[in-house]
Amino acid sequence: MELILLFFIFILAGFLGFELIAKVPSQLHTPLMSGSNAISGITIVGAIIAAGTDDKSWVTTVLGTSAVILAMVNVVGGYLVTDRMLGMFRKKGESTGATKGGPTP
Amino acid sequence: MSREIAINLAYIVAAILFIFGLKMLGRQASARRGNLISAIGMLLALVATLLDHHVVNYTWITVGLVVGTAIGVFCARVVKMTSMPEMVALLNGFGGLASLLVGWAEYGKIRAYGWERYLAEFAGNPVFTSVVIALTVLIGGITFTGSMYAFAKLAEWLSGKPRLFRGQQLVNFALCGLGLAGSLVFALSGDPALAQLAFFVVLAVSLILGWTLVMPIGGGDMPVVISLLNSLSGLAACAAGFVIANNVLVVAGCLVGTSGVILTVIMCKAMNRSLVSVLSSGFGSGVVAASAASGDVVQGELKPLSPEDAFAVLEAARQVVVIPGYGMAVSQAQHVVRELAERLEENGAEVRFAIHPVAGRMPGHMNVLLAEANVPYEQLVEMDAINPMMPTMDVAIVIGANDVVNPAAARDKSSPIYGMPIIRAHEARTVICLKRGKGAGFSGIENQLFLMPNSRMLYGDAKASLQAVIAEFKSLNAA
Repeated sequence: MELILLFFIFILAGFLGFELIAKVPSQLHTPLMSGSNAISGITIVGAIIAAGTDDKSWVTTVLGTSAVILAMVNVVGGYLVTDRMLGMFRKKGESTGATKGGPTP
Repeated sequence: MSREIAINLAYIVAAILFIFGLKMLGRQASARRGNLISAIGMLLALVATLLDHHVVNYTWITVGLVVGTAIGVFCARVVKMTSMPEMVALLNGFGGLASLLVGWAEYGKIRAYGWERYLAEFAGNPVFTSVVIALTVLIGGITFTGSMYAFAKLAEWLSGKPRLFRGQQLVNFALCGLGLAGSLVFALSGDPALAQLAFFVVLAVSLILGWTLVMPIGGGDMPVVISLLNSLSGLAACAAGFVIANNVLVVAGCLVGTSGVILTVIMCKAMNRSLVSVLSSGFGSGVVAASAASGDVVQGELKPLSPEDAFAVLEAARQVVVIPGYGMAVSQAQHVVRELAERLEENGAEVRFAIHPVAGRMPGHMNVLLAEANVPYEQLVEMDAINPMMPTMDVAIVIGANDVVNPAAARDKSSPIYGMPIIRAHEARTVICLKRGKGAGFSGIENQLFLMPNSRMLYGDAKASLQAVIAEFKSLNAA
């Protein structure tokens, strides 16, 4: 039963994903992609459960810990990079949020 | 039990935050807040998971979280805006590998616990759980090596040219078949030794397949590949969610998966190619022969232009459109471009930036670079909006763009890019093309735009050329 429910959620989330992204202006494609890329780091949840297990196998621990590191890089890097990009988009006249870390002209 | 409920409620809230975050990312005004909201959702999901009763040992989790955060912060700080496509590919690859490792670790747990105890903790049955573990590994592995290969191409560690070998598609089909067969054996064989062998076959196949799938895809098609890999990384997370029966993983993974598919379709449409043709053909490899055989539709010669003459043309212009491409990213010319635009505006001209959906190496690549250089986004015009205005433009400045302005796409049926929507730069009164040298562009196709009577070539590094033009404007103001 629980699996059926998961499938149900899966299908609905799929349709939702289509609806959410269907009409996004092309200038936002890059932040959108890196933002959704950060969300795909949700695998951190699986990684934590894998790494926190009590089985005494070092293989699982190594795999789980590596997964936590990688997923966390994905999450943190993804959100920060997206924020940096979005911070640069501005309307005419706005000049706040200087291009931190970017190359100087 | 109440803890379970609390965790699941937190997951629901996290899922809602992801959904709102994605929605808000789709609008300029709310995009930054949207990203923040989605990040809060992630934090919530992470904290809730730490309270999960499966988690008993926090030592290694803490190590992983700290190390991962440090690396993530470091990467995000140092990466240059021009390197954003590589960065996204790299992060994406990490996500894929993480999912793969989760699948692997869960398989390890099953071997350690035995099915009975494992299934008592997570829902499922042996066949289903095995299938989704195999899928997690398969998709995660393809995402990982595919993203790494794309990363190497984008960072120019490897040539961006497509790499083809005889029977490549056959090999890919065979690998796909082997991966699926391995998954089936893994799921259905009752023999643990055989299942283990099958698992490692699936693992190996997935890693090789990611490599061989991305290999034949040229750098010009990278926007498609990146969004597709992004989609796959979501699906890998989603599959991992089915393994441990975790709803937030399924929801978030699926959202990313489908939104990635949408982006991929948009990119394909922008190139007028089907996904299959992007994935299978080595764009630009068989091309040189074809165009040579057909003979160019436009006959003409390349007419070079000096920066002084370019200044003279621009000084008289009232309507100017700038069409940037990957070349602008390569020469880091975005700041100089903005300065030139300002000079032109001071001179009374109206300046627009025409952005082709697949200009650059990543969807929206040009927008990010111009934003970095402080170009207000109202000045950026999408292809469909600028094309009707093209005949009224005095000057079109093409900066390192090639295929996206090639009129052959509209006229020459033998051209490999025939049918791809282009920015009709050739309709402007004068076209100034900034180009490094005389060779063909990335896809190896001769650009007919350069040969047209109203085209002038400004050779040299785009940044240096533009600086020379700006210097002319400065001396005008000084005089």
